[in-house]
Amino acid sequence: MWLPRLAIDRWRLGEGCARGEGPDAEPLALIAETAHGPRIDAVNDAGRAAGARRGMMLADARTLCPHLKVAPSDPAGDLAFLEKLAVWAQGWGPWSALDAPDGLVVDVTAVAHLFGGEARLLADAQAAFARRRLIARLAIAPTAGAAWALSHFGPERAILQPGDDAATCLRELPVAALRLDDEVLVVLRRLGLKRLGDLHGIGRGALHRRFRNRKSPAANPLIRMDQLLGRVSEPLLPVIPQQAPLAQRRLLEPIRHRELLDQVVADLAGDMGRELEGKGQGARRLELGLWRVDGEVVVRHLELSAATRDPAHMCRLFSAKLEDVDAGFGIEMVRMRASWTEPLALEQGDIETAAETQGTSLSACIDRLTVRLGEKAVHRPVVHASHMPERAQRWRPPLEREPAAQEDLRFHARPLKLLDRAEKIAVLYATPDGYPKAFRWRGQVREIARVEGPERIAPEWWRSKSTARLRDYYRIEDTTGCRYWIYRHGLPDDGRGGLPDWFLQGLCA
Amino acid sequence: MPKTLSDLCDVDALAAARSTRWRPGLAAPAHSEIFASGCEGGGAGLALALACDALRSCENSRPVLWVQDRAAVRLTGRPYRPGLPPELRRRLIHVVAEKAEDALFALEEGLRCRDLAFVIGEMTGNPKALDFTASRRLSLTAEKHGVPLWLVRLDAERDLSSARMRWNVRAAASPPPRWNAAAPGTPSWHAELFRARAHAPGEWILCDDGGSLVAAPPHSVGVAAAAGDRPLAAG
Repeated sequence: MWLPRLAIDRWRLGEGCARGEGPDAEPLALIAETAHGPRIDAVNDAGRAAGARRGMMLADARTLCPHLKVAPSDPAGDLAFLEKLAVWAQGWGPWSALDAPDGLVVDVTAVAHLFGGEARLLADAQAAFARRRLIARLAIAPTAGAAWALSHFGPERAILQPGDDAATCLRELPVAALRLDDEVLVVLRRLGLKRLGDLHGIGRGALHRRFRNRKSPAANPLIRMDQLLGRVSEPLLPVIPQQAPLAQRRLLEPIRHRELLDQVVADLAGDMGRELEGKGQGARRLELGLWRVDGEVVVRHLELSAATRDPAHMCRLFSAKLEDVDAGFGIEMVRMRASWTEPLALEQGDIETAAETQGTSLSACIDRLTVRLGEKAVHRPVVHASHMPERAQRWRPPLEREPAAQEDLRFHARPLKLLDRAEKIAVLYATPDGYPKAFRWRGQVREIARVEGPERIAPEWWRSKSTARLRDYYRIEDTTGCRYWIYRHGLPDDGRGGLPDWFLQGLCA
Repeated sequence: MPKTLSDLCDVDALAAARSTRWRPGLAAPAHSEIFASGCEGGGAGLALALACDALRSCENSRPVLWVQDRAAVRLTGRPYRPGLPPELRRRLIHVVAEKAEDALFALEEGLRCRDLAFVIGEMTGNPKALDFTASRRLSLTAEKHGVPLWLVRLDAERDLSSARMRWNVRAAASPPPRWNAAAPGTPSWHAELFRARAHAPGEWILCDDGGSLVAAPPHSVGVAAAAGDRPLAAG
C-alpha cells in the first residue's frame, strides 16, 4: 500500500476539508526548514498545477506561484499516523509492516478468500481508504519488493499472481521500482538502464562487477532484483509481533455503552484464557485494543505481577482501566493481546479439586495407578480351570469382565497367599510316605504340631511331560501356630526320580 | 414429671461408648497398622479379618484394593483367590509396587477413591519414604474420604506413625476342628493392641470363626494349647 499524498492528506484531515475544497482549493506546500532555506516536502493538487514540486526550494516555487501558501510539515506525526494506519490495516491481514515514509506492507497470505478474492480485497481496502479520505495505491504480489514496485509504478490495484513470471510481468516498470537510492538511479540512468527488462538484458556478472562494493540492498540493484523476484528473502519488521496470543471480537453493531463493553471484554478474557491454556502460557502483560468506527484505536495496557490466565482476574483489572475510554461514535472491534507471556504449567484444577472433595471414581483411580505403576502392576485375580494351584488363578486387567468359571470345591482348603515360586524346604519325617514332623525353611527349623493331608494333586497329563510328578499337599501348623501349605513332589517309588523334594507353597492366614 | 436419663438416651450405647476396651465389631478406625513377621501369613490374615469384621455392619460389594511392595510379594506371596474370604474373591484388585514411594502413592490413590470398600497395604521393613509425614498423609486421606486403610508392616520396627490403632500380631495355635482334632483349625492370631487413640492397649487371641471375629483373653486358650502339644500319632 502506497499513500503518495500522506502528508497532504493528513494536513487536509487536520483542516477538516474535502479534497479540492476550502483551504485545499488554493495552492499549498508543506515545508521543512533546511540549512539552505525552506524546502517543499509536499504540495497539494492546486500547488502541483501551479508548478510547485516536492523537493523544490520554497523560494523557487514562489517565483512560479507567488500566492503559494505554506504550512510546516510534520514527519514525526506522519510516521505516527502511518503506524496507526499499519495497525488499522491489520483488518486485511494478520500482520503489517511499515514502509516508511509513506507505505505499508500487509501480509495477505491465505487471507484473500475471506474477502472473496484478491481483487475484492483490494477494492475493499481502497474503499476503506477512500472513506478515510486517504489516497492509496494498492497492489498484491508474492514478494514485498514486487508489491512495492506495482503499487508505485504499476496500474491501479495491480495483482501479481504467484504463478505469474514476475520478471516478464514487471519488465516495463522503471528501474526506480527497485527501491534504490537516488544516486544509484542516476548511475543506472547514465548507463542507459531505464526499465527492469534492461537489467535482464545485460549479464548478471557485469552488474555484479559494477556494484560489487555495495552491500546495502538500497544501493545494489542486483539484491533488489533478487528480492523482487523472491530469490532472496527480505525480512520485514512487523508492526506487531504476532506470536502473542490474541482474541478479538468484531461487533455487529458498534457499542457505545459500558455494560456491553464489559460483556465483550469478559468474552475476550475467556477466549484469551483458553488460548493461553492451549499454549501452556500465562499472561504477564495484556493489551486491550478498541477499534472505533472513526478509525481510532484506543489501547489499554495491563501488567500483571505473575503469569495468569484467569478470565475473571483479567476482567476485574481491565474494568478499572476502561473508566475513561471515549467510545466516540461506537466501538466496532475489540481485540485483546497478551504481548508478554510466560510459561505457566497446565493444571487440572477442577478435576483435582473434585477428587479432593468427593473422591475419584474407580476407573479414574485405576487409570492413575496404571499410568504411574504400569499396566502389569494393577490387576485382579480370576479363576482359571486347572487343578494345579499356581495355575488355578490368573491375573487380568482390573476392570475386565470376569470370565465364567466353575466355583471352587468347598472342601478344598486353600492358603490365603501363594508364593510366586514354591520354596524348597528340608523335611524330617518318620517314614518316607508318612506325615512330616519338622521342616527347615528360611534357615529356621519349625516343629510341626498339626497336619492334615495329603491332598493328592496329579499332574495335568494333557499338558505336562510324562515324567512330571504328582504332588501331595499337606496343611500344617507348627508349634508357634503358623500355618503353611507344603507339598511333597512325587512319591519315593514312582520311578520318576530319586527321593521326593518338599516345597512350601502357601501361607495360610 | 421430668424424663429419666434412660428415656433421654440409650443407656447401653452410652455404656458401650464408655468402655475403652477394644472388642470385635466396633467401627474400624480410618488407619490401622499391623506389625507382623514376614514368615507367616498372619498379618494379612488379621488385616482381612478385621476389615471384614468392620465391613459386616455395612453390607456392600465395592472392590477392595490390596497393595504390596515387591519385597512383600517375595516374602509372603501374592493373594490367592481360592483362599480368600468368599465375599472378597470377586472384589479384589491387586497392585504390585516396585518401590515404597509407589506403594504409598497407590495406597493414597486407593484411599481417595470413593468406590473402594477398604485398602490393604503390605510394606516390608521401615522404608525411608514411610515416615511420619507419609503416615499422617495416609491418615488424613483415609479420614477425609472414609475409606479405611489396613497397613501390614512386615518385619518392621515400631517407628513413628499416625495410625489410629497399631497392632502387633503373631500366629496362635488354632482351636481344634470338630471332626479332625489333629488338623489345623480356623485361623487364630495372638494380637496385641499396643497403641490406640480411643482404646486401652490389650492382648487378645482373635479367631475368625466363619462369619464373625471372636476375641478371647490370651491365657484362657489352654484347650488349643493342649491340642497343639498333643502327639501327632494320636491324631
